[in-house]
Amino acid sequence: MFKTISLRLVQMLILFVVFLTLLFFLIQLAPGSPADRFIGNPQIPPQARQLLIERFGLDQSLWGQYWSYITAFFQGDLGVSFNQYPRPVMDIILERMPRTIWLFFGATVLAYYFGFILGKYLAWRRGGFSEYSITIIGVFLFTVFVPWFAIMMIWFWSFILGIFPTGKFLDPVLWRSVDFSANDVFVPLIVTAFAALIGAGLFTYLAKRFRGRPGLSRLFSWGGSIVVVGGFVLYWASVSDKTTYALDIAYHTVLPTMTVALIAFGGVMLLMRTSMLETLAEDYILTARAKGLPDSVVRDRHAARNALLPVVTSLVLALATIIGGGIVTETIFAWPGLGLTLLQSAVSGDHPLALGALAFVGVLALVGHLVVDILYTYLDPRIRFD
Amino acid sequence: MSVSQQPPESANAPVGTETMEPDHQGYLPPGSDGDADVVHQNRLVLRWKLFKRSFKQNWSLFADSKIGLLGLAIIFVFALMGIAHPILMATVWEDAIYDPVIGYDAPQAEKTVVPDAELTDPQTEVALSSALLDNPLVQPGDTVIISEQPANPSSKHLLGTDPLGRDVLSQLLFGTRAAFAMGVIAAIVTVIFGTVLGSIAAYYGGWIDGAVMRTADLFLLIPLIPVLIFIGGLFKVGLFSLGLLIGVLSGLGPVAIVLKSQALSVKVKPFIDAAKVAGGSDFRIITRHIIPNVLPLSFLYMMFTVTAAIAGEATLSFFGLLEVDMSWGIMIHTAQTQGYLLRGTDFWWLLLPAGGAVTLLSAGFYLVGRGLDEVVNPRLRAR
Repeated sequence: MFKTISLRLVQMLILFVVFLTLLFFLIQLAPGSPADRFIGNPQIPPQARQLLIERFGLDQSLWGQYWSYITAFFQGDLGVSFNQYPRPVMDIILERMPRTIWLFFGATVLAYYFGFILGKYLAWRRGGFSEYSITIIGVFLFTVFVPWFAIMMIWFWSFILGIFPTGKFLDPVLWRSVDFSANDVFVPLIVTAFAALIGAGLFTYLAKRFRGRPGLSRLFSWGGSIVVVGGFVLYWASVSDKTTYALDIAYHTVLPTMTVALIAFGGVMLLMRTSMLETLAEDYILTARAKGLPDSVVRDRHAARNALLPVVTSLVLALATIIGGGIVTETIFAWPGLGLTLLQSAVSGDHPLALGALAFVGVLALVGHLVVDILYTYLDPRIRFD
Repeated sequence: MSVSQQPPESANAPVGTETMEPDHQGYLPPGSDGDADVVHQNRLVLRWKLFKRSFKQNWSLFADSKIGLLGLAIIFVFALMGIAHPILMATVWEDAIYDPVIGYDAPQAEKTVVPDAELTDPQTEVALSSALLDNPLVQPGDTVIISEQPANPSSKHLLGTDPLGRDVLSQLLFGTRAAFAMGVIAAIVTVIFGTVLGSIAAYYGGWIDGAVMRTADLFLLIPLIPVLIFIGGLFKVGLFSLGLLIGVLSGLGPVAIVLKSQALSVKVKPFIDAAKVAGGSDFRIITRHIIPNVLPLSFLYMMFTVTAAIAGEATLSFFGLLEVDMSWGIMIHTAQTQGYLLRGTDFWWLLLPAGGAVTLLSAGFYLVGRGLDEVVNPRLRAR
């Protein structure tokens, strides 16, 4: 298993370098060199021009520039943003990355969880009215025009119902007199949420493991829920000066997360339905039914588990959709993450920042793929024991 | 039948000669092109019949899925809309008013001026603050003539006008063409790239396979929309180049992988071996035997690419990154930049038609894809 994953890691690294190379040369191909904007200005004194040329590395050959960019990239230096001069690109990206991860992570977990469950039931109840109507809703969510859908969500939830804020990831008025940055709250929020999720997964696993002993199983499922929720609440109650701010961020998170989750959910559900339909046609399902096993056992343990495999493979494709949808959603909600950064820098010709943001969107996709790969080796013993 | 019996002049006629009666074999008059034509035609007719039969079979399978038929109906309606636009422009609609890009019309409406807080019915009343912009002497209770822009839907403008005074229905119909053009270009490019690369990779294997698959990995990893945003910021991207771009990105990526696995399963079939033994060249085997057998599946992926292309075009033009005069994305872009997004249902015609059209047309192509899926993939059919 470790061999498979380490091999995959090496492959991904190579792919990433190729991706970066492509992006670098795309920028070189673009009409109007970014440097011309500064060097071409006739009012710059010659010494300053010489200094700029040296600083941008324009006295080197194209290959020299490329080589120095790549080597600097892996040392964490992505150059300096044009529009927010002299702020380093890496600094901006590190500031905005957590916000995108938060949105992406929450939405993905929600979408996959509900997508699996609903897809399973849809295939099981093939032909009913509920199947048709939910499939139509799924197709709508899968093909919906994302900016429009996000606008409609804002319109419905914030304008008509007035429950959620229309955008941004915090309330600026509340944060005006605060002496810590938003990320000081944001990063712990991500870490604790992630820990809670892992804890929940662990206890669910334990509860299933000891299915044969109902007392122990119940202890794990109830005790686990209390430990996870209690731990999360206790932590945020203990840092009392930040609790309100964490709540503020969480409150702003709900609507964008819901939007991305709904967009992603349609695709996952349709995939699961198709895969489950294929599995249900297998002979071993017929055998299981003939044995007189209860429906829920046939559905959940015989069919759904096997149907999960192709779905996980196809998640690789769904991942790109979610990232794309997330980036569009960010721009509509004025959520200052990687996506908004990418759009703003691409439109305004801030090439180093656009390149950096897109590279890190790529990193996000790669990490997502790695997680899917690990999940796959766990789910499919044939790969694990190869 | 032996070739040596035939006069050398008629050697161009052995195609399908087995359909002729054996008595005539040795007595074909020299240069009998007429017969050769008949025989040739016979083969075409035969092929046509075969095609018709398989089409009928597949059609009945396709028609079984209501979802596929629904998709086809949606696409058909949109195609009619696309055709209707030039006809309407040529007959009923005046260019100066109804042109989707440079048309202008501001219908006049009589409205009562009321204080800002008492504004209840925007159809017949106008707020004092906005009326003062036109005429600084106006008072509450006066009746003023307002030229509306965006105008409400009326018999003249069935879907109203946009913030620049252009007819929304005309824009909607015009945008259909852009969406279809995008979809067709992207779909064709995808299928060509995906099918050819997938078949070649499966047939030759070895390093060619490795190269194609690693490229596919790369394009599979990259989320499409962010890359399009990046490229749209760097270059001037028009409709045609965007279609090409989306086609290449998805043709080299996911579609190539899927079609390669399909081509692999065709490659091990006995008729490929038979073709090899009969002396068929690699080129002939790939073009005549492998590609026709993976085409149904690639047709399916073509539909999904069209969905992606329509959404990609609309998203990019929504962000203003596409060099195009008018499209569905631009319609929403205009509504957004002019500040009509969060006005609720007051200006529904600025948002609903365009957004709904993008969603519906992509859904139409997706549904047709689902219907085809049931034809191509027998395991999905209802038992």
